[in-house]
Amino acid sequence: MPADDPGAANGSDGGAVSGVPTGPKLITTRFDQADGYTYDGYVRSGGYEALRRALTAMTPDAVHDQVKTSEIQGRGGAGFPAGVKWGFLPDGVFPRYIVVNGDESEPGTYKDRMLMELDPHQLIEGVVLASYAVGAAQAFLYVRGEMALAQERIAQALNDAYANNLVGTNILGTDFSVDIHLSWGAGAYIVGEETALIESLEGERGMPRLKPPFFPAAKGLYLQPTIVNNVETLSNLPWIINHSGQDFYDLASPTSTGMRMFAVSGHVNAPGVFEVPNGTTTFRDLVEAPEYCGGVRNGRSVKAFIPGGASAIWFFPEHLDLPLDKATVDQAGSMLGSGAIVVMDDTTDMVAACWRVVRFFARESCGKCTPCREGTTWLERILKRMLDGNGRPEDLATLVDVCESISPGLAWPPKQTTICPLGPSAVSPIVSAVERFRHEFDHYVEHGRPIDGVERHAIHGTSGVAVHV
Amino acid sequence: MSESTDDTQASDADEDVSADDVDAAVDEEVTEEPEPEDDSIKLIIDGVERRVDPGGLVIDACNEHGSYVPHFCYHPRMSPVGMCRQCLVEVEGPRGTMTVVSCMTPTADGQVVNTATPAVKRAQEGVLELLLANHPLDCPVCDKGGECPLQDQAFSHGPGESRYVEQKRHYEKPIPISDLVYLDRERCILCDRCTRFADEVAGDKLIHFVSRGNNTQVMTFPDEPFVSYFSGNTVQICPVGALTAKPYRFKARPWDLDQVESTCMGCAVGCRIVVQASRDEVIRYQGVDSDAVNWGWMCDRGRFNFEALNSDQRLSEPMIRTESGLTPTTWNIALDAAAGVLRDALATPESVGVLGGSRGTNEDAYAWAQLADVMGSSYRDAQVGDGLPTGILGYPRATINEAANASTIVLMGPDLKEELGVLYLRLRDAAEKRRSRILEFSATETGLTPYAWKSIRHEPGAQSAAVAAALSDEAIADQLAAGPVVIVAGRGNLAESPDAVIAAVDALFDAVPEATVLPALRRGNVNGALLMGMAPADDEHDALATLQAASEGRLDVLILVGSDPLSDCPDADLARRAIAGVARVISVDTHPTASTQRADVVLPASSFAEKSGTTTNLEGRVTDVNQKVTATGTSRPDWMIALDLGVRLGERSFPSDHPLRGAATVDDVTEIVASTVEGFAGASHTEVKNTVDGVVVPAHVPRATSAGFSPPPRNNYDYRLVISRKLFDDATGTQMSRSLANLAPGGGLYLNPLDVAQLGVEVGDDVTVTSAQSTVVINVAGDERVPRGIAWSPFNQAGASVGDIVDAGAGVTDVRIERAG
Amino acid sequence: MSRLSDHHVIVANDIIARCPRPKSALIPVLHLAQEQDGYVSTDAMEHIAELIGITPAEVYGTASFYEMFKFEPVGKYCINVCTNISCQLLGAWELLEHAEERLGIKSGSTTTDGMFTIEDVECIAACTEAPALQVNYRYRYRVTNEDFDALVDDLRNGALDDEIPPHGTLARVRQTTPDNWADTGRRAQEAVDAR
Ligand SMILES: Cc1cc2nc3c(=O)[nH]c(=O)nc-3n(C[C@H](O)[C@H](O)[C@H](O)COP(=O)(O)O)c2cc1C
Ligand code: SF4
Ligand code: FES
Repeated sequence: MPADDPGAANGSDGGAVSGVPTGPKLITTRFDQADGYTYDGYVRSGGYEALRRALTAMTPDAVHDQVKTSEIQGRGGAGFPAGVKWGFLPDGVFPRYIVVNGDESEPGTYKDRMLMELDPHQLIEGVVLASYAVGAAQAFLYVRGEMALAQERIAQALNDAYANNLVGTNILGTDFSVDIHLSWGAGAYIVGEETALIESLEGERGMPRLKPPFFPAAKGLYLQPTIVNNVETLSNLPWIINHSGQDFYDLASPTSTGMRMFAVSGHVNAPGVFEVPNGTTTFRDLVEAPEYCGGVRNGRSVKAFIPGGASAIWFFPEHLDLPLDKATVDQAGSMLGSGAIVVMDDTTDMVAACWRVVRFFARESCGKCTPCREGTTWLERILKRMLDGNGRPEDLATLVDVCESISPGLAWPPKQTTICPLGPSAVSPIVSAVERFRHEFDHYVEHGRPIDGVERHAIHGTSGVAVHV
Repeated sequence: MSESTDDTQASDADEDVSADDVDAAVDEEVTEEPEPEDDSIKLIIDGVERRVDPGGLVIDACNEHGSYVPHFCYHPRMSPVGMCRQCLVEVEGPRGTMTVVSCMTPTADGQVVNTATPAVKRAQEGVLELLLANHPLDCPVCDKGGECPLQDQAFSHGPGESRYVEQKRHYEKPIPISDLVYLDRERCILCDRCTRFADEVAGDKLIHFVSRGNNTQVMTFPDEPFVSYFSGNTVQICPVGALTAKPYRFKARPWDLDQVESTCMGCAVGCRIVVQASRDEVIRYQGVDSDAVNWGWMCDRGRFNFEALNSDQRLSEPMIRTESGLTPTTWNIALDAAAGVLRDALATPESVGVLGGSRGTNEDAYAWAQLADVMGSSYRDAQVGDGLPTGILGYPRATINEAANASTIVLMGPDLKEELGVLYLRLRDAAEKRRSRILEFSATETGLTPYAWKSIRHEPGAQSAAVAAALSDEAIADQLAAGPVVIVAGRGNLAESPDAVIAAVDALFDAVPEATVLPALRRGNVNGALLMGMAPADDEHDALATLQAASEGRLDVLILVGSDPLSDCPDADLARRAIAGVARVISVDTHPTASTQRADVVLPASSFAEKSGTTTNLEGRVTDVNQKVTATGTSRPDWMIALDLGVRLGERSFPSDHPLRGAATVDDVTEIVASTVEGFAGASHTEVKNTVDGVVVPAHVPRATSAGFSPPPRNNYDYRLVISRKLFDDATGTQMSRSLANLAPGGGLYLNPLDVAQLGVEVGDDVTVTSAQSTVVINVAGDERVPRGIAWSPFNQAGASVGDIVDAGAGVTDVRIERAG
Repeated sequence: MSRLSDHHVIVANDIIARCPRPKSALIPVLHLAQEQDGYVSTDAMEHIAELIGITPAEVYGTASFYEMFKFEPVGKYCINVCTNISCQLLGAWELLEHAEERLGIKSGSTTTDGMFTIEDVECIAACTEAPALQVNYRYRYRVTNEDFDALVDDLRNGALDDEIPPHGTLARVRQTTPDNWADTGRRAQEAVDAR
């Protein structure tokens, strides 16, 4: 069993073996450097040069301009261009805040944790750059509660960065000052949603706020203007400043710029996290190329795959050749989301897979909106009953109908009767699976067991988490 | 005037007896579309063009214009949370048609809103089905059944039947979350109304959502109950039967309830309420949303003291004293006895005193004042030495709304949270919403201290000096100059001279001449009674002077009209000597009190809800009070008793041309008041009956004068005493209400913990407290809100008679505290 | 059980002082309480309410939203088996079943000796290393039944004491407030909040 050391990204630093697109590593360069996470290791490998350059030779607007030019899309899920988002801050309203979203919990997603554990200074440098660009008074780095090592490494890195005058008062002798406060969660997926994250940072229950009126850029933390960015998004800033926004833009396709990290898990031979050219690499490249996952396990074939985290509509073999391009994937009816690809081979029990994803959302609903609080649990119960062999013929209709109450029209992008997209996310696996694999559901209802040829899981009535209220 | 309407049920308001978020009368009053005002905006709601004021929410615009939008979490007096998702409507916007929650969507000019498209109906049905999925559907045994927004909307906007066959949520139920409120978590639909109320409105964040997702519940902290003076409001605004009030549980079904709109007379705020009765018994009050006064809220004392009306201790027949004590008799005999006593006394001038009137209506007080006039009695007062001189009504007066919108609210007097609960809510709101800054002068910390911009502590009696010091502070002077200033003035300390307050108010007026005053006298209709003629002409004839005269044997008869000096006069010794020293006592009351025990004639008065009339609140707002149930026993309204007596006094009877001679009904008296009492011309019966908010009348009394007041110097060894009221005390209305009786904290002497330590005593020990007047033994408690060198004790509590050590004649009360025994 | 120790009060006040509003320190301070006692006791919540200036009900309201906070004692080692989709596909339920058998308890409960609690949890961001678990939030990747047994033995005999602290302790390195803490955020926010 590999011990608790974060696996390095199996990056494609060698030449192209199978003709897949290649590019430089931007943010995973220190993943193989044993001391890359330390202050010395970071500085030795060129760290904090971007910050020095920005603070001494660039105006805040110039930094912002580079980010705009790069057209870097947010890596947290929504894919909104960071430069544009920063531009939404209202003029002259202070204090304003930067909030770093390190709550990574979307099923399948695994990259922010690596960035925090293996290269915390890179993130800190990115945060100070962003704070400089927008004039933030303080930044909050919110790390998921369950990530003890990431918290430890960031705490150490922050203490070292302060000691070396890279954060805090008069950074590097300039008159720019900003603090970074490390905060962390305590186990709640919804806190990844930016307004819920803000609530959590305010010491509240992590329940999302309605947008509008609570767009963070206008009314965020303490109702002050606030920028929430993902860890991966901000980790790219040092590279962008060291090179240029244009260099970043030129790396991949014009609709999805730069390099991007993808985690590929599930039924593949060599699951892993890869930093690949955004927009040009295809799903098939990731799944099949020897530099990446090296194909589906046991020589089997893809039955379905989740292209962008548990909230995404599922894709099928015919989608494998789509490029990892936001516009293309949106067009095809799903999303790249948080860069989480989960591959299911032809032995997968689709009802069980669907249930598992729904169960996640049911368990993680914050409880604020009636449709999500009541609906997701209802969906989960029906599916579980089917898995237990107690499905009824009318269940499938009820299932779809309850989905409709949460996400009217079952369209993509989803409409919602809820405040945030969590509720509708529970609808994604159901519409995906029921549409394509209806016979598997019918078979459960009729025979109380899955169709032949799929793997059964030892799912049992679990009580979830210990000693909760 | 309409009866109250439930905000969730505008469509069939007539049958609806719930007063949930009542916005009475307003709907019906405005029957046609208001004329477009200059700044109004246009909305197309369900295809019809409507004009609304800008700055509102779509939900209100729809509901005001007949397109009813179902909702649960939205409450017009709290910030919207968009939680239940029931109020979904379609709004056409630049990005196409959007389904949005109308409770959080601001209106905009030209907005197109649809509330009844198939998509909206589908969405609303879906939400309702989901709300009902885990609901126990135990309507037949639920207090709310019949007036339940969930039930009603399931009927009007629901899918008809549930397909939910899974196991429902189960919780232990119902659980008491306080002395007055039970919680049934299975019925709860998590609308956040009660929790928001506790947080936003009351500031008592003692109930909260706990756990997450499908397990979310409303709960208190383990072993820390929802102790709030305003807990009953959560029951009223709960849109299901999750919160129920102990005093009402299982008492009635809503469809058996009859109701009438009225005004709570529990204190001088005068909250608008509906009085609900079943089988001729009052069983519930609900707050009505009066924009000017209470916004739908009530305090628990006002809400639940209806129990006292039904108390089996009520005085139900007249009594006269015989050898065997107080003996029931007929009205004729009792009235003749009383009249005989008075006729004898009236042979000597100024030998009859009349105290009271503030418990009854304006009409009651008016009739008694008229009787005092014809008897030539100058000794009269609506207070018992526990308020301020009548001249406090003579300053330029502020309304509650003016206070709650002033740039500065100066607090000079009682702890409003304890004495005038809903005024506390309104002023707290003003501070929390940053409309106003509170500048507080007080001897100890009060309920509003946490919300005060500046809270200035002064020694008892030293408020003038504190004002002078404050005025020399630049920040305070700037603030007072920044905009309207309202001074809320009342009697914060019963162990100190009221002159201390008047002197401080005058000092403020010298600096801010354009300030206005909101008098914070506490008793129900004290303002009305004073204006009706129950105000003493001068210091020589006020309540204390009356009691003094009685104690010296100068009075032959003392008439107590709902007044109990033995409990309410701060100088307990004076009250006792007075009651002992006067030859005869005639008591007109609803319940037996310490003073009725001493009476020679007891005349039973009808209580609130048993009689009609008008009342005047602390702003001078005259509103109506209405009868809902038959009077107890043979009791009569006070005004009628005055009239009955007033015709039996021989040559001192009401003259034949006296207007009251012709009064047959209370409405006649209301008209007489309107036509004869200066300032009340606008408060005629028709004017008052047609408005929820009533009519504000001016007070024609001379402004109080203070010759300045400064407290005597103090001796380091002594503590200076503060005696003030708590919301719950030994008052009759509270003690006769089963559910409230135990909420009175009981007597005690509260000292700063450092002083407790310095005295070498432990909390809970008995100490002797010695003033120039007397000595009492009392239990000591530590309280950080009491500054060092000050001793605070709650007034009129069981177990300690702190009144014994107060000398009404002294400016302040200094006491020596020693370990007892 | 207990209020925060003097040392933890110092740490808590340091965190509170860094926050523009005191309540922002609530979750980190709750973690301190859990670090001290292994769970968040009622007394600790009352103490935290005092330190931050809110009601205990507010503390509890926030704390109970988050799954990591326990309000009753759990095992010294909390073993969280991820059963979410990537792990389910690669045998997480079978691993959980083995764990339950091996420890003789159901998921969600604690062994009678107070050593182990098992939970089945949602995705822990180790999807490419499925099936994965955490012991007191320290990762173990691609766990087989044999790995699990060895893990339990090592935990019991103390072989992992250095690596894995008892339940409640997360990061063993804390951010401290340095001399060059700029404090502009807190001061600016306080100015905005001042009435
Ligand atoms: C239910 C939900 C969960 C989310 N979880 C995360 C998360 O764990 N990490 C993250 O960075 N963004 C998450 N997001 C997206 C954030 O709301 C936000 O868009 C993002 O942090 C913005 O950063 P970016 O612009 O750099 O991508 C989530 C959104 C939703 C609706
Ligand atoms: S959709 Fe679900 S998770 Fe999102 S705010 Fe509503 S209840 Fe909470
Ligand atoms: S009333 Fe609008 S969401 Fe509840």
